[in-house]
This record gives sequence, C-alpha cells and structure tokens, in this order.
Amino acid sequence: MSGEDLGAIWLTLKLATVVTLLLLLFCTPLAWWLARTRSAWKAPVGALVAMPLILPPTVIGFYLLLFMGPQGPLGQLSDWLGIGLLPFTFSGLVIASMVYSLPFVVQPLQTAFEQIGQRPLEVAATLRASPWDSFRHVVLPLARPGFFTASVLGFAHTVGEFGVVLMIGGSIPGQTKVISVQIYDHVEAMQYGSAHLLSAVLLAFSFVVLLLLHRYRKGHLHV
Amino acid sequence: MSEQAVGIAARLRLQRDEFVLDVDMRLPGSGVCVLFGRSGCGKTSLLRAIAGLERAEGVLEFRGQRWQDRYSFRPPHLRPLGYVFQEASLFAHLDVMGNLTFGYQRVPPAQRRIVLDEAISLLGLDNLLQRNAQTLSGGQRQRVAIARALLTSPQLLLLDEPLASLDGPSKAEILPYLERVRDELALPMIYVTHAPEEVARLADQLILLENGRIQAYGTLNQLLTAPDLPLAHLDDAAAVLPARVLSHDAHYALSELAVPGGSLWIAGCQLAQGSATRVRILARDVSLALQPSPGSSILNSLPAQLVDLSADRDPANLLARLELRAEGQPSQSILARLTRRSADRLALQVGMRVHAQIKAVALMR
Amino acid sequence: MRFRLVATIAALLISSPARAEQLLVAVAANFAEPMREIAAQFERDSGHAVRLAFGATGKLYAQISNGAPYDVLLAADEITAEKLVEQQLALADTRFTYATGRLVLWSAQPARVDSAGKVLAEGDFRRLAIASPAAAPYGAAAMDVLEALGLQHLSERLVRGESITHAYQFVASGNAELGFVARSQVYRDGRWLSGSGWEVPAELHRPLHQQAVQLSRSRDNPAASALLDYLRQPQIRALIASYGYGVSP
Repeated sequence: MSGEDLGAIWLTLKLATVVTLLLLLFCTPLAWWLARTRSAWKAPVGALVAMPLILPPTVIGFYLLLFMGPQGPLGQLSDWLGIGLLPFTFSGLVIASMVYSLPFVVQPLQTAFEQIGQRPLEVAATLRASPWDSFRHVVLPLARPGFFTASVLGFAHTVGEFGVVLMIGGSIPGQTKVISVQIYDHVEAMQYGSAHLLSAVLLAFSFVVLLLLHRYRKGHLHV
Repeated sequence: MSEQAVGIAARLRLQRDEFVLDVDMRLPGSGVCVLFGRSGCGKTSLLRAIAGLERAEGVLEFRGQRWQDRYSFRPPHLRPLGYVFQEASLFAHLDVMGNLTFGYQRVPPAQRRIVLDEAISLLGLDNLLQRNAQTLSGGQRQRVAIARALLTSPQLLLLDEPLASLDGPSKAEILPYLERVRDELALPMIYVTHAPEEVARLADQLILLENGRIQAYGTLNQLLTAPDLPLAHLDDAAAVLPARVLSHDAHYALSELAVPGGSLWIAGCQLAQGSATRVRILARDVSLALQPSPGSSILNSLPAQLVDLSADRDPANLLARLELRAEGQPSQSILARLTRRSADRLALQVGMRVHAQIKAVALMR
Repeated sequence: MRFRLVATIAALLISSPARAEQLLVAVAANFAEPMREIAAQFERDSGHAVRLAFGATGKLYAQISNGAPYDVLLAADEITAEKLVEQQLALADTRFTYATGRLVLWSAQPARVDSAGKVLAEGDFRRLAIASPAAAPYGAAAMDVLEALGLQHLSERLVRGESITHAYQFVASGNAELGFVARSQVYRDGRWLSGSGWEVPAELHRPLHQQAVQLSRSRDNPAASALLDYLRQPQIRALIASYGYGVSP
C-alpha cells in the first residue's frame, strides 16, 4: 500500500471521527426536539433531515458547492468571518459529510428518545430532578443503544461516502482525498491492484462494523 | 378547617378534547384521601394536575404555599411531593439501590426526614437491593417504587392506582405495606383507586369523582353509608368502623373489639391489645330487631338509631342507615339491607331505636 | 471505401420515413449540447428516431463492454473507440474524429484571465480546477499545459474534478478562481458565454480528438451509419465549430 493510500485511510478515519462527534453534539438536541415536539414544524423538519437519504450524493455535493461558494450564503459568511471559502478544505468536507450523514445519526437517536417515552421523565420530575438533570441522568443512559447505533452508522456512512466528497473535495491529498476517492482514482487509472486492496480494506471495515452493531443490538435485547 | 389543617386547596380546570376536569376542593393536611370513581372520571388527571404533570388552569395551594395560579406554575420537581405511578416505572438503567437513591440524593440532607434504612425496612426491600429492576415481580417493583417516592421525604404522597396492574397475591402483598406507611409516617396521601377493598382498608376521607366533577366529599364512613350515593347500593355495600382491640379470649379463640356504641366479637386476631384497626360490616350481614334477642345464635348486636330508610336497587329490599352513638366521638353509621316485608312487619320508622344484629364482621387488616 | 459508398446509398434508400429506425446513441457528456441540436436536425432530415444517453466516456465504455444496447458511441477521446474496435465491439472502418476538443483557461469573473494566460504564471489565485488527469483527457491535457509552461509547482493549488463537467462546476460556482475547462463549455459563436478566458494553444498539450464509432451489435442498422455520415456534413461541422470545438478541415 502506498503512502498516499495510507494517507487516505488516515484522513478518512480522521474525517469520520470528527464528523461523528460533531453530529452527535448537534443531533442530540435536534432528535430530542423531533421526538418530543407536537409542533406543526415536526413533519417538515423531519422530512428535511431525511432528505440526504433520497437525494443523490452528487446532487447534495453540487448544491453544497454552490452554498459554500463565494456567491452562496455560507460562503459569504465564512468569507466574512475570515475563514475563507470552505470547498476543497477539510472543514468544508466535515460540513458536507455532516449534512450527508445527518439522517443516519438523527434517526436512531430520535427512535431511541421516542422509545423512552414520557414516563421516565415524569418519574424523574417527581423525584426532584430538573429537566436538564433528567435528561443527563435518565434519558442519556436509557438512550445508550441509540447513541451507539447512531455513532456507528454515522461513522461508517462517512467512511463510505463518495459522491459528496468528490463534488466539493477536489481530491487534494492529505486534505480532502479520502479512501473512496482514492479507490476511484485507482480504478480510473486502471491500477486495479491498488483499488482492490483499498476496497478490501473498506469492505472488511464495513463488515466488522455491521457485525459489531448486530452483536451489540442482540446483546442489548437479552440483558 | 383552619389554614394549618388544610393540606390542599385547589380550584383546577383541565380540558382534554371532550373531557373537562373541573374541581374545587380543600383537603385536610393529614390522613389518606381516596379519589374514587369509574375509569375515565378524571381521578388520574386530577392527581397529575396536583403533581404539576398536567398543566391545569386555576389555583393550587399546599399548606399555604402557592404551587400555581394564573401567573405562576411551580414545575413538578420543585413540588415537595412523592408520586407512585400505576406501573412501577423503575429506571431500567439502575438497580434497586440506584432507583431508591435517585430521589434521595436530590434532597438536601437537612431536609431528609426518611432515611434509606427506614424506607428499606418499611417496605421489606433488604434482599432486593442489588437486583436489576427487570428481575423483580410486579409486587416487588411497586414496593421499590413506593420506597423510592418516600425517600424524597415528601410532604404529600400521591398514589395513582398503585395496585391496579398487579394480580391478587401481589395486591395482598402490598396493602399491608401501604397501611404501615399510613400508620407510621405522618404523611398525607392522596390515593386514586376504583377498588372498594382498597378504599375500605386505606381511606380516611373519600372524594367521589364523576365526569370530571366532585360528586361527594366526606369521611369514609359518611360516604359509604350515604343513601343518596351509589356506594351504599352496591351488592357488597358496607360500612367501615374504627375499632380498637379490647381483649382476646383464648378459650373460644375470639377477640373483642371496641367500636362506636358497643363492642364486637370476631374470630381471634393477632393484634396487640389496645391497637387501633378498622372493621367492615356488609349491609347484607346486618338484620334488625326491636328488642335484644338473647335466643339468637348471633353473637354481635349493637344498639342503634334508624336515621334513614330508603329504596334499594332491588324493589323487594330497603336500605336502612343506622347511627351508632358513642360518647365524645363523632357518630358513625352502618347499613342494613332488609326486605320491605320485614320493615312493614316491624313497622320501622325513621327515628326508632333498634338493635343491629351483625352476622359477620371483617377485620380490615 | 467502396463498401462505405454502398452502405451510404443503402442507408439513404432505407432511411425513408416508411422505414424509420430507432437509434440509441451514447454521447460523451461534454458533447451533450451540440448533440441534442444535431439529433433534432437529423430526425427531421432522415425520419429516424434518435435517443441520446449521456455519460462520462469511461462509464459508457464499461456499459458497452457489458452489453449495453447502444448503436453509436460519440466518445470524448480516441482511445475508447480504438479499444472497442480492438475488442471487436465496434466496426473499425466507421471510426473517425467528429470534433477536436479545445482546452481553455477560464474564470467566472470577467477580466480575470488575460488573453495570453499570464495569470497562471503570476499566480494570483488560490485554486486551479482541472479534470482528473487519470480519468479525463482534458485533465491530462491540462497537466501537459502546466508542464509545457514549467508551472508544475502549481500542482499544490490544483483541485481535481471527476470529469471536465465537474471541473467546470468548481470554476463556475466561484469556488476555484481558475480552471482548465473545455472551450465548448464556455464559448459559443465566437464569444465567451460569461467570465474571461485564454484559449490555450493546441501545441501545448496532446490532441483532444473525440472519435465516433458504430458499434458491432448494430452492424445492420442503416440509421447508425446514416448518423455518422450526417456528422460529416459541412453544415453540421459548422454547428460543431460554433460550440467551440475544432473540426478538421
């Protein structure tokens, strides 16, 4: 495996880790709101969150490119903040991957929160726990399987992402050239050996992740 | 009632779709008040509104503290109450000990009036502490839930049909624990149920709820024997009397209990001499005589005054309300169900002195 | 030659409206726009019905190798048609260059690129977009230009799109200030459609011949050869040129 391949693997892991952590941070309140609200906004927001499941990644990538570009709202904001433009940077890739992997993190969390229901919170309230206290010491521990699923899916989905990265990454080695793009380049350049090797790594990774997830879910049901 | 004696003063209104709860009540600050009524009458909604789990409109005060009015609403976690739900609802991520200490830890030590060991022994949990909530029986779980609520040292304990989802043996297991809680902690309770057995054993006061409104409020004895309320016309309509153990007769294996207006012999019981208890007397187990009848096999006879005679559900029957008088105590009533024919033969009239002959007495313990 | 003449005559005879044929044409993405116009004219003139499928040449090649039902391929390069012929998936004597791609250095901003391309050497930009040299001929050509100008050090500022379309999107959206794109993407009827550009001299990079070929599976479809002949008509060549392509005389 070449240094560039290893670089791509390292970059991919770094990207997936950062994206997963940020998504957990961002999606927890969102999923909580979605699970509990009776607002009329619930349906539209839920649909918006699910959008990346349906839209082709290259389409998402294309609109993100425009959105983050010098004429796009986010591009103008980031420029104004002195960050510069986001496409072709690691930060840009993080934001794009967050959009793309959003439903994979929000939905398991939302389901977990919904399954907990109202009752444990009411119990906690009558045991003197403030809403934040209840969330911290009742909801979070009870939703642990949901957080596990969300992390694994978010991470794995980010690792496997291709279309969006291709669109806004510009395949810069060490910065935006992740495994999937590296494989693609190998294929295009007819370096099938390298492509096979990297694909095998990706495949083995996905398999192990799904296996773990399956095991964990099963184990959790039996407790 | 003086301000101190008033536990809860509430004027609450809650609308959910078609259903409207609309109550105005003042409850004493001690004893067990049972909210009684059919399912759907609003018992649980009222209890939840008192806890702040439902946002009702109106004013609610507890021992002079304002919990809510038009301008303010004290959230549940700031109301010093304990709540026992119909399903134990133990936290699945904590063991029994974790559940017990959840509320306990959140009460400042200076405000704790019930300590951990006390609650554990009161509800018999010593052997369960390390168990996982899912491995407990229904009755054990509910005992943990009660202890968990007590460990917040509440000033008011709310119980929402805590036995309703349990089978017969589990119910029988829990009731004595509830009686101990009532007798050993000076803690006012509001207890929701639709089971007459629980009413008879636990209630001091009774609120009858019907379609979201208070139909009647009074002491247990008043409401059980009120001829204008449905309770007196149930098949197993009964009166509950306060009683005290006078003596035990080992030879005949009987115990003598003092009740208002006299004493009753019952099958021998284990209670210590002098201890307070309550007895239940079914209307159908009481017959009337104009004179004491020494020739009868019936052991128990109490002098009483007939204060009401009214139609019963069955046209053949009448329902008599009999007042038992005792010096220095509020008077108590019992019911007697008799045929109209018997009433005519005895020429019964309201105001007459009679003798209530009691075929069976159930000790409520 | 004689065969082709016969075929052409036969095609013309058979291509009467009474014997209208169905034609499925695989077209390299960069040639999509001119081809739509050409197909419409061809349908009108010949009575054949033409359906177009667009895609990156490499993908079209993969589809054809796996039995996709195309009659004609208009590729973005030479090598693809050549490989298909070698594998006997395409008819050798139908292969010809229907257009020559022209590489331009382009920016979405007016007056950003001077007519001599000095902006490259001056280096006043952050990002230079190109198509992936591995995947797209335009990308390889762009690398040729950088090498010919001795500007290999700019490779640090390169962002690579999967295709030339992709590279164009990078530049058009302003995310890259400059980019090597196809003239056909930004140039129409002798003028820049928007922004500013430099027409890179053809000798700075490998030729970008785009070849068409009739596929073996439609050997007997007269409309296929009729279309290939149609592409050689002077008015069609003029049309292709108006889209910014070079056409061999």
